Amino acid sequence: MRYLPHTDESRKDMLRAIGAQHIDELYTHVPKETLMSEPLSSLPSHMGEMQVESHIKALAEKNTPTSKMPSFLGGGCYHHHIPASVDHLIQRGEFLTTYTPYQPEVSQGTLTYVYEFQNYIARLTGMDIANASMYDGATADTEAALMAKRLTKRNNVIIYPCVHPDYIDVLKSYSTHSNGTVELGTEPDENTACVIIQSPNYYGLVFDLKELREKCDAVGAKLVVAVNEIVSLGLLPAPEMADIVAGEAQSIGVPMSFGGPHLGFFACKKEYMRQMPGRLCGKTVDADGKEGFVLTLNTREQHIRRDKATSNICTNQGLCALAFTIHLGLLGETGFKTLAQLNHTQACKLADTLESIEGVTLKTETFFNEVTASFPISTELLSTELSKRSIIGGIPVGETKHSMVFCATELTSDEDISKLNNAIEHILKEQESNGGLSHAV
Amino acid sequence: MPFETDLLIHQSVKGRCGVDLPTPEVRNRTGQNLRESIGLPEVSEPQVMRHYTRLSHQNYSIDENFYPLGSCTMKHNPRLNEKLARLEGFAHLHPLQSEEHSQGALEVIYQLTDWLKKLSGMPGLTLDPAAGAHGELTGMMMVRKAHEAKGNPRKIVLVPDSAHGTNPATAATCKYTIVTIKTGDDGMVDMDAFNAAVKEHGEDIAAFMLTNPSTCGLFEPNVKVIADTLHDIGAYFYCDGANFNAIVGKVLPGDLGIDVMQINLHKTFSTPHGGGGPGSGPVMVSEALVPYLPIPYVEKKKDGTFALVKENETSIGRIKGFHGQFGMMIRALAYMMSHGADGLQKVAEDAVLNANYILHNLKDDFHVPYPGPCMHECLLTHKKQKEHGVTTMNIAKALLDAGYHPMTVYFPLVVDGAMLIEPTETESRETMDGFIAAMKTIAKRAQDGDATAFHAQPQTTFRKRLDETQAARKPVLVEDK
Repeated sequence: MRYLPHTDESRKDMLRAIGAQHIDELYTHVPKETLMSEPLSSLPSHMGEMQVESHIKALAEKNTPTSKMPSFLGGGCYHHHIPASVDHLIQRGEFLTTYTPYQPEVSQGTLTYVYEFQNYIARLTGMDIANASMYDGATADTEAALMAKRLTKRNNVIIYPCVHPDYIDVLKSYSTHSNGTVELGTEPDENTACVIIQSPNYYGLVFDLKELREKCDAVGAKLVVAVNEIVSLGLLPAPEMADIVAGEAQSIGVPMSFGGPHLGFFACKKEYMRQMPGRLCGKTVDADGKEGFVLTLNTREQHIRRDKATSNICTNQGLCALAFTIHLGLLGETGFKTLAQLNHTQACKLADTLESIEGVTLKTETFFNEVTASFPISTELLSTELSKRSIIGGIPVGETKHSMVFCATELTSDEDISKLNNAIEHILKEQESNGGLSHAV
Repeated sequence: MPFETDLLIHQSVKGRCGVDLPTPEVRNRTGQNLRESIGLPEVSEPQVMRHYTRLSHQNYSIDENFYPLGSCTMKHNPRLNEKLARLEGFAHLHPLQSEEHSQGALEVIYQLTDWLKKLSGMPGLTLDPAAGAHGELTGMMMVRKAHEAKGNPRKIVLVPDSAHGTNPATAATCKYTIVTIKTGDDGMVDMDAFNAAVKEHGEDIAAFMLTNPSTCGLFEPNVKVIADTLHDIGAYFYCDGANFNAIVGKVLPGDLGIDVMQINLHKTFSTPHGGGGPGSGPVMVSEALVPYLPIPYVEKKKDGTFALVKENETSIGRIKGFHGQFGMMIRALAYMMSHGADGLQKVAEDAVLNANYILHNLKDDFHVPYPGPCMHECLLTHKKQKEHGVTTMNIAKALLDAGYHPMTVYFPLVVDGAMLIEPTETESRETMDGFIAAMKTIAKRAQDGDATAFHAQPQTTFRKRLDETQAARKPVLVEDK
């Protein structure tokens, strides 16, 4: 077996050296009847690199990735271009095969990029500080709600119905065993710990936060802003009115990879620092006075505080945070803003197209790179018909099953949009002649 | 010595850019005034390449040398797995694509589930959790839901004092009160203390969270008695499977009476630790807890195709966006196939053999709190060296100067000055001999009265001892803008 250095001979030698005859003597505490001396017969034996590669490649080839045909899927996971140097750098063994920087003297590489990551997230969101990353957007926003409960000593959470449905579901799962309620709504009261709003929301709509900020202030509730397309922050003003901004940063540097691993982020006002979940990296000096970085404020965390910790979180999404940090460094101030404008411009072209098709209504007036449109046919039918024409449509939404959210990114070409236009027009005509049109709601 | 490199923010020169994007037509349908300055750096691609390459040189890694961090399982990370996770058919697959378009991905999840069910001997499994601690939370949410279904969520979770901090933190997150069970003189669960707690709290006990093999590097010999006792009072047996590497292919946790167990794909199944994530924390459950598994999960349909199940009334619900850390699942599957059933059994045996080899060779130089044999990691303390003014911290920093990443220090908390050493199965005897020699030299230096020199270590690392007190007292988490 190529990953194991011992030979049968060296195993015997080592056993002899420690005074044992057989490996099972080292398993003396294991109940005898449960110890297996032979390998499990229900699983195959080891395979060479060629066999494993061909098995897994065959599985990959059963998929139809978005790179094979125009795709208009977004909804919290976005198809963006990743520069070649990002993937090259994150595969350096010094980054890939190291652990949480417990020994800062030999972990300055990891700690420095985590510090850069915290800086970038704070600047993008307009918040004072950010942590070293979270599992994903859904869990980041749930942790934001939990932190708001600790800060306000209130139990109820209000979440806008147009937040990503997975985020709402995760928040509900985490809350089933805690005090207080999670309600879909928009109006905080004196028992509200926080209101969670997403902008742009699941349907692509960009919100003005001013009115909600005032509502929250009137009753002393915290305002949590969820962002799941972080590229939007290159064009839209920073949500600096928020108390906490948390969400998903997969768009920069991290492939979609069927939904994970992605990159949750968490940023907030400085005064909440000691109530934050997750790892934090701080700047300090070494014994020679040289600048360096360490994990800090550990007394919030589970390995010190145990059952009194702010969160049970141990790891973050280290390597994904590195990919983000490298990609954002490459983009820089100008590149990031250009990328955001490219996304928006393609989405504007998409919106123009959808608006121009008879029977289709654009429902999102203000948007970034996603728009919702309603159709005179069911979205199930629309998806199937688009798929037949080698187009991956948008996300079906709404109870009436006639609306779809479309996403455009810098990878969406003008040709893709025109292909979508022709396909939709053709599908609607075909349905009309079949008498299959219903009224859009 | 690695090169110095400034934060990219401080290398910024106005007008530089590391990408060449097309110039877009300016449009604005956002309803907002467009954003002004963000404060991102302006640098070229070669600058970025050099900055991060220099940073990489400031890190210690498994690729470079032995990394015996106890309970973290820092084993070799095969690059085949990286290559496979990056295949176009996986990397560019959107999680909301149709089942028809994602059959291969669903099959990966299904196959990995099958491997883990067979390796655990447990009938139910979720791959949704993002990390070990997230798996713990998922497991305890299932425990709570199962009790609630019987009419009473119960109040108490028993946790040994040797447990990882995530265990009590997780149980507390699920609104349970923690009752701590002390560790006996032999490093095992103190059965008198356990039985007394069961007697006192009886049916208020929801579960016992036991790490097995334990954080002391030992297999709990009373595991089946503990399981029976818990089942008698209707409680669940939660096993923290962080140390599964010691028993994979040797023992089926399902045979031990365990009801729920999380493992870490980034430990036993070698997905890279990546400087602290991404992880993946599958949870295995007994028949009793199957109805409560989170959504979504993958099912094989009668026609042989795969479906993603997103609704199940009895489930604890969704615990993460989309379908878990899919990229890590591909890597873990490739790792398992590469080893096969025979290789995985060897993984456990060699890991245990290596830890015992180190224990055997260091037992005269360092205090061994609990007699062996150990599992895949061995526990030492600084007792002998402390008499000469040298602590575990000093030993760790001296190891850095000797070119080794230290073991896990000051954990578990049940012994003073703990040093938990986990060599893993991918290290050769020669590598371990080098480490053993370094440890012996350190022990001798301590005995020879070299305490003052220890206090100034490390001397040869990129940075010397960092001022953690200042970092915590006056936290600087971001640069001034």
